[in-house]
Parts: sequence; C-alpha cells; structure tokens
Amino acid sequence: MDILQEIWSGLKRNKLRTVLTGLSVSWGIFILIILLGASNGLKNGVISNFRGRATNTVQLWTGVTSMPYKGYQSGRSLNFTEKELELINDNLPEATDPTPIISRTSNISYQNEYGSYGIRGVLPSYEQIYQLKFEPHGGRFINEVDVRENRKVMVIDKKIAEVLFKEESPLGKYVNVNQIMYQIVGVNSKKQEWGDGYAYIPYTTAQLIYNPDKKYRSMAMVVQDLNTEEANEEFNTRLRTNLSQTMIFDPEDTQSLWISNSQRDYLQAMSIFSAISLFVMIVGVLTLIAGVVGVSNIMLVTVKERTREIGIRKAIGAPPAQILLTIIIESILIMAVFGYIGMMAGIGVTELVNLVMEQSAAGNPEGMTIFKDPTVNLYYVFFSTMIMIVAGIIAGYIPARKAVKIKPIEAMRNEN
Amino acid sequence: MIKLSNLHKTYYTEATSLHVLKGINLTIEQGEYVAIMGVSGSGKSTLLNILGILDSYDEGDYFLNGKLIKNLSERQAAKYRNEMIGFVFQSFNLINFKNALENVSLPLYYQKVSRRKRNIIAMEYLDKMGLKDWAYHMPNEMSGGQKQRVAIARALISRPKVLLADEPTGQLDSKTTKEVIQLITDLNKTGLTTILVTHEKSVAEATKRVVRIKDGIIDND
Repeated sequence: MDILQEIWSGLKRNKLRTVLTGLSVSWGIFILIILLGASNGLKNGVISNFRGRATNTVQLWTGVTSMPYKGYQSGRSLNFTEKELELINDNLPEATDPTPIISRTSNISYQNEYGSYGIRGVLPSYEQIYQLKFEPHGGRFINEVDVRENRKVMVIDKKIAEVLFKEESPLGKYVNVNQIMYQIVGVNSKKQEWGDGYAYIPYTTAQLIYNPDKKYRSMAMVVQDLNTEEANEEFNTRLRTNLSQTMIFDPEDTQSLWISNSQRDYLQAMSIFSAISLFVMIVGVLTLIAGVVGVSNIMLVTVKERTREIGIRKAIGAPPAQILLTIIIESILIMAVFGYIGMMAGIGVTELVNLVMEQSAAGNPEGMTIFKDPTVNLYYVFFSTMIMIVAGIIAGYIPARKAVKIKPIEAMRNEN
Repeated sequence: MIKLSNLHKTYYTEATSLHVLKGINLTIEQGEYVAIMGVSGSGKSTLLNILGILDSYDEGDYFLNGKLIKNLSERQAAKYRNEMIGFVFQSFNLINFKNALENVSLPLYYQKVSRRKRNIIAMEYLDKMGLKDWAYHMPNEMSGGQKQRVAIARALISRPKVLLADEPTGQLDSKTTKEVIQLITDLNKTGLTTILVTHEKSVAEATKRVVRIKDGIIDND
C-alpha cells in the first residue's frame, strides 16, 4: 500500500502528461476489443446459420458409376434399398437414425387451391436432422406409428400451408395428391430461404404407393463424436466402403455416391474464423505496442526528470529493487487504469451495437444473419488484462533499469 | 568507527584518467568531531562519497563500524547507507514534492516501518529541530536554515553511526550558519561521530580535529 502512495504522489505531479500517454493505451485496448467483437460477431453470425442443420448432418445421394467394377460396366445408375439403411445402422455406430428420403414431385390440392410440390417420404428422425420447427398449435411431425401403420398423413412446410390454406388452420384437413387423400398432421414453421417448401409423408407409405421397387436415391443422418476434419474424412471413407459392398461399386469411384458432410463444412468455416481471430489479435496487439512504446517513452522522461529525486532516495538507503519496482508498478498502473478505460469503452460500444442489432432483428427472428452478437467474452477481458500487465512490465523495465543505474552523487549535483 | 588504509581512487574518462585519492590513511574514533578541509579539486568530496558508501574505491581498505566496506552489492550498500550513515548536503536535497514530515520519514519507509509509526517518529525529530509547526509545509515554503534542519532531522531519523555533512552551511547566511553549526555540535556532544566537509575556517573551528587534504593525500591532520 505504501508503495502505491509513493507512486501516486509522483503521478499527481504530471497529470496532463500521464493522461495523454494513458490515452494511447486506452486507444490500443479499445481497438483490440472492437476488432475482437467484430470478428466474434461474424463468427456468431455464421454459426447461427449453420444451426439450420444439425451441425453434423451427413447427406447421401446415389450417383452413376464411372468405373467398371466386378464385371459391371460403368454408367450404371445406383439406388439405395432397405439393405443400405440396415447396413448403416449396424456398421456405423456414429450414425444415428438414418432416414431415407424418397423424393417425387406431385400436385397437391385443397379445395380450389393447388400447387406442384416436392413430396418426401421420410422417417421421424428427419425432424431432428433438419431441425424442423413446430409452433404450439402447429401439430407434429411424422411419428413411429404413422410409419408402422403406413398411414396416409402429411406434414407440410409453412409456405405450402400459406398457399393452400390461407388463413385457415390446415390441421386435420385432407389434401388430395393424385386422387389419394392425406390428412395434414403438422405444419413445419422453420423458415426456408429457397424453394416452395416440401410435403412430408411416412417413408413406408411412400414406398407402398410410389415406389413398388423399394428403391430410393437419398439418405440423411446425424453423425456424432466426429470433432476433427480427419475423423470426418475417415467416416466418409468408411461409409463409402461399406455401401460399396452391397451396392457394388468401386470404393474409389466418387461419382457413385455423393456425400455431403456438413460437419466438415462447419469445421472448415470454424478454422477460417480461428485464423481471423488470430489475425485480429495480432493487429490489436500491434496497436497496443504503440501504446507500450508511448508509456515506455514517458517513463523514460519521468526517470530523467526525477534523476535527482532518485539520487536522493538512493543516498538515504533506497534498495535498488525498490526503485526498480516503483518505476515498473507506476508503468503497470498507467497501463492498467487506462487500459481498463479503453476496455470498458470497447465493451460499451460492442454491447451497444449488439443492442441495436437485436432490436432491429426482433421483427425477423428466423432471418439469415452474417453478423450476430458482436461482443467479447470474459476470456478476452482476462486476456486483455494480462496483456496490460505484461505491457506495463515491458514498458517500465528499460526506464527502471536506467533509474537503478543512477549514481546518487552525480544525480544530486544535477541542479534542477 | 572509521578506518581508512592506503585508499586510492581514480576516475577514468574516455581519454584520460584522474588519480583523485592517492593513498589516504585515516582513523576516526567513535564520537569524534572532524572537519575535512581542502580546496576545490583536492579530493575531499570524493573522500566523503566513499565514506558515505556512495562511491567505490580502487585500492586499500575501508572499515566502517568494524565492517569492511568493499565490493558491496548495490543492495548491501543501500542497506548500510540506510542504517549507518546520515547525510547532510550543501543543497539540502529534500524531495520538493513532499512536505517536511514526509521528507524526514523517508529513510524509515525504506526500513519498512509502518506509515503511522514513522510519522510519529518523524514528528519527534522535527520537534527536536524546532520545526513542529512546519511539518506539513513544502520545502519551497521554507528558508534555507529550516530546510537544512529538515535535512538534518532526516539524516538522524535512522539513528546512524556517522553523520556526514558536505558543506552544510554552503548556501546559508552567517547567522543561520552559526545556528546550524551549533546544532551539529550539540548532536556530536550526544556521542554521534560527525564529519564535516567544508572550506570555511569558521566552520572548521567548531570541530575538534581538522584534516586537510591536498592533491589526494592528507596534508595535515
């Protein structure tokens, strides 16, 4: 405590100079926080867009073979069957609840309204994989009973509901698809940016009515516990190898089976953001260095001005360590106080921007954003504090060494 | 108390060297009152700086209170300065942004005495100097005599073994000079070993022993 009082009495004498120097530190920290906030905002925006799918969705499409294999010519069209679904369930523990997607396009009509829509025969796990959304009075998705009993029930996207039912509630109503009546059990209100929306029916129903040969061309699943790009790459290879056995294609033939692994996209995007964060930190730290040089410079001037005083202190027995410490703590103090001001200003600005953005986004909660929650977390506050202390020590060290080397005799002879 | 044997000191500059002390032999007993005289450039200030552990020497030995003062670390030197030596300077050397009380208590700060305690002790010493009412005044509000008395209080507060005074009256008028010299003489009578560096005869006359230095050696003791 005593040492702080000693330092304070020194700082008070040069208020203006101290403040001006300190502001350069404030500015450095301010910029650092703003940049970190901006990069966080960009990152959070992109993450929130990925949230549209479960982050680890794998989608499969069958293709056309491009290599001859086991006696088959190339150019053969491939399809999934029940066998592939079982194979994935049995051999790939990371994949949970794969759903076939049987797609066709049909006219759907209700009373006088009609439209041509994609109809998808799926399993209940589809809801989880594509993160569908049901409002309190929006009904439900296809369930196990629907699948088991081949029910003719249908879930439609909100866009379709708006066209066919206008203001009416579609729940419990029947729509007509090529003379087959389906009862609407749910409306998916997840906002879709593209397309006119889909209608979903139980996978078994679709097989029965539209797919007598039980073949389909697309599957989707959620994959767990794959946290690195390598793990995802490995999973993709394993998936391809497994399927190549029953579907009979060359495992090297990438055109036979298309795999879209969103976890890999996600990881790649995240690694880009790690790079951006690193870059931002480097820019911020460089800005801060300007502040450090400023403080170091001003501490040098201070030591020069106080040569005589330091000489007197040494003559009456101040230990060198004490003098070193006094100067360094003074430097840390300037750094910390003004750094804190800069940090608070930076956090204030980022929070304000966030508040304004939240308010303007309130009317459009499901919209796409590329910028969201541009604030910094406590980790960065801690990080900045460490930086300020380290910077203070660096800025103070050279001047402090100079102070320690002062010879009392010469210092006291120096009249000023 | 003080024993110097064959002390040499040379100052080196880039091109030349200056042999300032050329073999000083001097013994000062506990409680002695000594004046060191000499013209400018005779080496008396250098001698005082060595005695005060502010400067090092090249050759010989210096014993202070039985301890060899040689090749000390900065930290050790600071400790001895703080505990054994009280300095009084020609130009007072008070810290001008601290009031009298703070100036006097500063040596105790470096002995890690608590603020409250060292202020009480400092006030005692200021009272002895008759400056109790000036405790909270800044140095620039005081006269030369007052400033020198504050400096003497500061020199005494750590209960030193030796009081070193470098031209203590150099910036004072004749009346104040008398007062300050009387004060130092009284201090010596309490048993404090006192060394004055001066070039004023009247000041030297107050002491019991005069050591004259000429060209780096003791000319007359």
